[in-house]
This record gives sequence, C-alpha cells and structure tokens, in this order.
Amino acid sequence: MSDLTHPADHAVPRKSMRHYMQRKSTIAFLMTLPLIVLVALLVIYPAGYAVHLATLNKGMTKFVGFGNFEFLFGRETFWMVVKQSCVFAITAVIFKALIGFIVAHFVHNIPSKGQRKWRGMLLVPWVIPPAMSTLAWLWLFDPSYSAFNWILTSIGLEAVPWTGDADWARFSVILVNIWIGAPFFMIMYLAALKSVPDQLFEAALIDGANWWQRIWYITLPMMRNIIAITALFSLIVTFANFDIVRILTGGGPLDKTHMFATWAFLVGIESGDIPLGASVSLFMMPFLAIAAVFILRDIVKRGSEV
Amino acid sequence: MATVSEPIAERGGATRARYGSVSRSRRWALRWSYFFLVIFAIFFLLPPIYMLITSLKTSAEISAATNPWWVFAPTLENYIELLTTDHYLVFFRNSALVSVIVVTITMLISVPAAFALSRMKFWGSATLATGVFLTYLVPETLLFIPLFKIFAEVRNLTGIELLNNWWVLLILYPTLTVPFCTWIMIGYFASIPKELDEAALIDGATWMQTLTKIFIPVALPGLIAATIFAFTVSWAQFLYPLAFTTSTDQLVLPVGIVTTLIKGDVFNWGQIMTGALLGAAPPLIIYAFLMDYYIAGLTSGATKG
Repeated sequence: MSDLTHPADHAVPRKSMRHYMQRKSTIAFLMTLPLIVLVALLVIYPAGYAVHLATLNKGMTKFVGFGNFEFLFGRETFWMVVKQSCVFAITAVIFKALIGFIVAHFVHNIPSKGQRKWRGMLLVPWVIPPAMSTLAWLWLFDPSYSAFNWILTSIGLEAVPWTGDADWARFSVILVNIWIGAPFFMIMYLAALKSVPDQLFEAALIDGANWWQRIWYITLPMMRNIIAITALFSLIVTFANFDIVRILTGGGPLDKTHMFATWAFLVGIESGDIPLGASVSLFMMPFLAIAAVFILRDIVKRGSEV
Repeated sequence: MATVSEPIAERGGATRARYGSVSRSRRWALRWSYFFLVIFAIFFLLPPIYMLITSLKTSAEISAATNPWWVFAPTLENYIELLTTDHYLVFFRNSALVSVIVVTITMLISVPAAFALSRMKFWGSATLATGVFLTYLVPETLLFIPLFKIFAEVRNLTGIELLNNWWVLLILYPTLTVPFCTWIMIGYFASIPKELDEAALIDGATWMQTLTKIFIPVALPGLIAATIFAFTVSWAQFLYPLAFTTSTDQLVLPVGIVTTLIKGDVFNWGQIMTGALLGAAPPLIIYAFLMDYYIAGLTSGATKG
C-alpha cells in the first residue's frame, strides 16, 4: 500500500511493485476461483433456475407464467403450510432461546470445574444427526408402544396420541425441534455470558440489585447482539427444516404438520410435479431474505463494535 | 426517639444477616442450579438413552407389555445382526466415503479462498466474503428441486448419470460445507497478526508458502473446527441423499436406516434403534474427543467476521 502513497519515489521499483500487485490479485482470484465456481454453479444458478421452473407446467413443456402460484394460492393446504411453517419456527425458536438462556445460566452458576462436563452432556442432542435422533423420538411417540404413554398410564393419566392427533402432532414436532436446537442456544449464550465482566455483577450485587434486575439491566443488554444473531440463524434453520417433520409425521395427519420443505418434497419429488414443488420452496425465499438482512446487519454491527 | 433508634439498630443487625444471606442465597442458587441441570440433562439425554435401551432388547421383549424403560434380558442380537448384514455395512461405507471425501474437497476449496479473502484484498473481495456468508444462509431445502432437475438435464445432454449414484453427494454436500467453513476460516485468519505474514513476504516467501507454512499451522484450531463441522454436516445430511439416491447399495446411513429398516408398516424397532445409535456414533466419538474444537467452531460462526 505504501507504494501508492509515495508515487514520486523510485520509478523503477514502483513499476515492479505494480506488477507485483497485479500478480497478487491474480493469485487471490485463482485461490477463490473454486469457491466462486461452486457457488455460481450449485447455488446461484439453481436458485435462478428454480424461478424459471416455477413458471412451467407440470410436464415442463409450456410457459404458464404465474399459473403455479395462482394454483397454490387457491389451495387450502398451501395456506396451512405457510401458517404451520411460521408457527413452528417462531414457537420453536422462542422456546429454544428461553431454555438455552436458562440452562446457560445454570451452567454458568456452578463452579467452573464442573462446567465442562455439564456443557458436554447438554450439547449431545445437537451432535447426534437429526435424522437419527428423530427416529428415537418417533419410537418414544409410537402409537402402541410409546414409552411416554407407559409412564402416563402407570401414573393414572390418559395415553396421548403423540403423532396421531393434529394438535398433538404439531406439539411433538415443535418439541423435537426444541430438543435438538436448545443446546445450540445454550452454548452460544454460555459463551456470551463468559464475556460479561464479573465486576458488573458484583457491583450490581453490592448496590442491592436482585437477580431479575441483574438479568434485565446487565446480562440482556450485554448479550443482545448474540441473542439476536443466534435467534435469526435458528429461525432460518427451523423454518427450512426437513428432517424432523419428514421422519416424525411425514406431514400427517392430513397435512396438518407439513412445512415448506416437506411439502415441496412431496409435491416436487414424490408426486413428480417439479415446477409446483419449485414454486412451493420459492415461497421460503422472502422469509429467509428478511432474516438474512437482519443477521447481516447484526454481524456488521458486531464487527464494528469489536 | 425510640422509633428512630429502633430501625438503626435493626439495620445494623440486618447488615450482618444480609452478609449471611448472600452466601446462603448463593448456596441455594447452587443447589437449584444442580437440580435444574439434572432435570434438563434428563430431558436432553432421554432419547439417546432410550435408543440404547431399545437396542439391547429382543423383538419379543419390545412387543411385550413390560416396563419399556428397563432391559430384562439384555442381548447384543441386534448389533450382531446389523453388523453382519451386507446393506448396513454398505450404508456405513458410503457414509464414511462421502464424508471423508467431502471434508477433503471442502478444505481444498475453502482454506485458500478464506486466505485470499482475509489477507489478499482484491477487487470485490469484501463483497465476495459477504456473499459467502449469505450462501451459508441458503438452506438445502430451497435448492434440491432445481438441482434434481438440472442433474436430470445433464443426463439427457451428456449421458452422464448423476442421479442414484452415491458420488453425486460429493457434488452436493460442498454447497453446505464450503460457505460455512470459508466463513469461519476467514475469521480465524483475520485474527492472525499482520506482522507475521508481512515478515514472511519480506523474507521472500510466496503467497502459497505464507499460507501453508504460517497460516495453516497458526490457525490449526480453526482448521480442526472447520473439519469437524464439515464432517458432521456430511454425515448427518438427510434431504439430498433421500432425493438423489434410491437404490439400496447407493444409500448413506440416515436414509438407509429410514428406508430399508422400516418395511411398510412393520417397524423393527430394535434394529432401527441399533442402526441409529451406531449411525450417531462417529459424530459422538469425534465430539467426545474434540469437544473444545467442536464448540469453538459452533460459536465462531456467528461471532467472528
């Protein structure tokens, strides 16, 4: 950079320096080329192609414009999918954040010697591949052999139709989402808690602040950014989730638990209507774009803070 | 007068009591913390423990009306049966191959790219870094349908059959792993002091040497975190193999267990749970040994940058 600030100095080295700069940018470009090719070919091009596909008829022979979208708007199932995706994602993220926040506090409270062990144990749901752990939940929710129902009936309560009844199935899907996602929040919040200086809490304690005031006036403001980023990340992942619903309920009973991803899979791959499936998954875009804008804003903010 | 002096005396006593109450309330806070941690640990560990319980049971015991939370006649039957059937081993091999190769591809693409983006400022490099991050936010559920169609088109045009081959996953998984790994490597590389690479360049090192001799060794923890991430994502991916592979010998573990062990409405739960537990084992083992790297990778995704 210094060669640019002293243009009058040494004419000959400057020329070689410029040459060098050119070479540097060429090398840099070559180093990023595989990444650019990958993103262009397998992310940007398919995303654009999805828009093109969405305007074709089922046999992909004729241009139908907004025909697929009009068809979707007229279907009750589509609106149910929109509602369910939003409700699942928002409810699950709120509970993940709450549980993550609470558990992070408990882990932070205990002597640091034991924290590693507890943290290690509590993160296990996040480490197990979701498809595998959802199978375990499916078995726990089994209509005839549910181990939860065994406990419920043995203490005199009624057995619960975990995946058989629409509302219970929705509850189950959200519960599994929370189970998988809460540990991630716990880890993020724990890292954020560790970065809050202890002196702040001690000062507040001496001033007579109770635990609620300490959380409200110290912890939350200090962690605001990380809470926002984690919640938005999780919102995207939960909103676009496929594995849990697919394995746990398959979208049933009567499409009452379908989300965008599972319904798009059913329509596009299993029923073979690729354009309609592409249209369904495209509807995720605006929701994801809004979340992405906020994440980007927070990350930029965070970058300038540090 | 008495009314004034009384509160003062009381306050004096209260201060002493409050000192005691601070330490006592801390002790209680600690007890409550342990109490709730145990409850949450039960909630978080229940499904994997139940997988283990079920995997040790015979089918007869699973369908018996006994306490499902206890194993009355433990047996390794399910494990032996699974590990001697061909297709389960094929799933395992496919998963292992795919994950290892994808990790290699990911590192080869993302480490140089992250180095260039964090150190060799060039035209558009800032935009590209942001673009990489945005790509990471694009979920696979948005891309699988157009990709499916594109691969079918490729077959029609060139005659190369991409669908229903396990190696098609080698093309697909990097779209999930490369953006995130590049992103966290940019963060790790950016935290290396500038003096280090400037000194190397002045000493006549090429950019490639600076990367391999200085950046990679210094950022090794980040590299390990990124590798673990790429591996667990490849191992756990469910949607792409479900959509792109169908023949039994081309499946990877998650899909293989779901599609072959569940036959119609007949669920062989002992084997499903055994398969799922064995399938969850590699990430769990890596996590058990490299927990700190794993957690560093998780938290740096959102905090670095």
